[in-house]
Amino acid sequence: MLTGRHGASRQGKGDMTAPCMWCRTRTIRARPGVRKVAMEEDDIIEVRDLEHTFDGVEAVRGISFTVRRGEIFSFLGPNGAGKSTTINILTTLLPLQKGTVRVAGYDVAREAAKVRQAIGIVFQDDVLDRDLTVWETMEFHGRLYALPRDERHRRIDEMLRVVELDGRRDERTKNLSGGMKRRLQIARGLLTRPEVLFLDEPTQGLDPQTRMRIWDYIRQVNRTGTTVFLTTHYMEEADMLSDRISIIDHGKLVVSGTPEGLKNALGEDVVYLETGDDRRARESLRDVREIRSISESPRGLSITISADGSHCLPRIVERVRGAGVGISSVNLKKPTMDDVFVHYTGRELRDTGA
Amino acid sequence: MSATAWEFLTVYWREMIRFVRFRAQLFSSLLQPALWMAFFGVAMSSNFDRFTSAVPVPAGVVPVDYLTFMAAGVIAMTTLFTSLFGGMSLLFDKNWGLMREMLASPMPRTHIMMGVGLAGMTRSFIQVSIIMAFGILLGVQFFPGFPAGRIVLSILGIFAFVGAFSLGFLLFSSTISMRLETPEGLQGIMTLLTLPLFFVSNALYPIQAFPPLLQALSAYNPLTHLVNGVRYFALGSDFFAVGARYTYTTGDVLFSFAYLAVFAAVMYLLARRTFQRAVVT
Ligand SMILES: Nc1ncnc2c1ncn2[C@@H]1O[C@H](COP(=O)(O)OP(=O)(O)O)[C@@H](O)[C@H]1O
Ligand SMILES: [Mg+2]
Repeated sequence: MLTGRHGASRQGKGDMTAPCMWCRTRTIRARPGVRKVAMEEDDIIEVRDLEHTFDGVEAVRGISFTVRRGEIFSFLGPNGAGKSTTINILTTLLPLQKGTVRVAGYDVAREAAKVRQAIGIVFQDDVLDRDLTVWETMEFHGRLYALPRDERHRRIDEMLRVVELDGRRDERTKNLSGGMKRRLQIARGLLTRPEVLFLDEPTQGLDPQTRMRIWDYIRQVNRTGTTVFLTTHYMEEADMLSDRISIIDHGKLVVSGTPEGLKNALGEDVVYLETGDDRRARESLRDVREIRSISESPRGLSITISADGSHCLPRIVERVRGAGVGISSVNLKKPTMDDVFVHYTGRELRDTGA
Repeated sequence: MSATAWEFLTVYWREMIRFVRFRAQLFSSLLQPALWMAFFGVAMSSNFDRFTSAVPVPAGVVPVDYLTFMAAGVIAMTTLFTSLFGGMSLLFDKNWGLMREMLASPMPRTHIMMGVGLAGMTRSFIQVSIIMAFGILLGVQFFPGFPAGRIVLSILGIFAFVGAFSLGFLLFSSTISMRLETPEGLQGIMTLLTLPLFFVSNALYPIQAFPPLLQALSAYNPLTHLVNGVRYFALGSDFFAVGARYTYTTGDVLFSFAYLAVFAAVMYLLARRTFQRAVVT
């Protein structure tokens, strides 16, 4: 009896501690840097049926998406797709016309002030007062957000160090290079420790080195737990940085997914094979189910595969070898974001004037 | 410290940085009133004084020469110009995209316009101080026979009038700037406004000589009320200038101040409405 009661009570205790255990794991997981693991249910941005019209121009035509806490989420699309318009609505700069938008748990239409307090923004073009110094630019921003003086000055020092501008604190912003200006704006956007950082085309017009450096900062920011929402018309930017991408075109979302998922879903891996005898090689591959088509190209046989090419490749090689045909080179080409874009919009991103 | 009560000082701080950093603008704004005094004032006063010296001054009334009479007008005029164009910096903010940073921040939007208003007011105070100091060097006889205490009070009185007047026009200018696209547009509107405001007022010559319609109109002109206040404090309640006698009762002066205060309040409401609806992307 005693044992039984004991057991029962232990059971009861177990039940009671279970949620706590769970809580603890959750908090641990939610720690900066590990956030990405288990936040499926935690959407920091929720957009439903968003529409926006400028005097008859339908800039955004009914889009819905969610951004998870702690991820880097990208809007990829050509000029005029509606990226800035969307960001402006999410950051309360444009009034909400149609749809619902929640950012950091607040409704942008009804709780704009709370949304503003919770976010940071890096605008599309260099939005810096030319005649203020680097430090004054940060100071002005911190004061706009009513950060207490000591804390403000501490954070300004810290942020300027992060973006490596602490040596230029007394420089007027007009004397900074393009990359420095962008870094200053990132530092400014982060000064208030926002939950979400919005970046509208953060590397537009920057040279490749500077761009990579900005990417590093964005990753660094994200690792400390800040959710990042960015827009871009650069394929590789979306590809390299994002946890998830939505492709936007003509004010509509065309497709969303992880960069890998989007590319794999195309099922258009191509294997290039240089053989001693193309005709016999083709013959030997006739009954491989995953092969969609085979054609001859300057780089040898070009074999389009409807599944993951890296798993198919060994079998293809075995088949051809098995038929006694020599292989002099093998190449696997995965689809790029370019291919994804072309597939879903029917045109190349660079043709759209982006 | 309250988190939301003092942020307008942020905008004020930035406006003042701009004021001292735009050197050309700084010097012209300091030099212009002095030049008015030096050239227009000195040239005109010899003319006016010659014409009006024939009119006998009533016994017991303080006679005031033209230079002194118009110095009050120059104070008013300079305040008008500075305030009318004081909203221009918002137009630049808007066109250079800087406005977005402020509009996207949690700071109440009324603080933007109050910061700009306060900065413009400060500029006017600086200019007015220069005019008074420089004017006295040129021979302007402000505060005739006043004891020191009354001089201090008079200066405070002048600043109160200049403050209320400039705030009203700065808010007006801010409203227009928020609604316009280009600095040229603002320039056009302000120039159009300056002329009637300036000439249908008692800034440079006595109102008594106006046709009745203009006299009636000038009573509604805020500039007239500013000039009344400045003259009352600078010259006293009973003086004689440009062939006419001026008397101000305390009631007159209080009314003039109330008029400017109401004007500023109306402009505040107008500006607040504009700022709250402003969409700048
Ligand atoms: N303020 C505006 N007034 C009128 N049309 C606008 C305005 N802003 C954007 N648009 C139009 O809305 C569409 C989407 O623009 P935008 O959101 O800036 O695209 P993106 O940022 O993807 O380049 C474009 O056709 C653009 O011309
Ligand atoms: Mg854009």
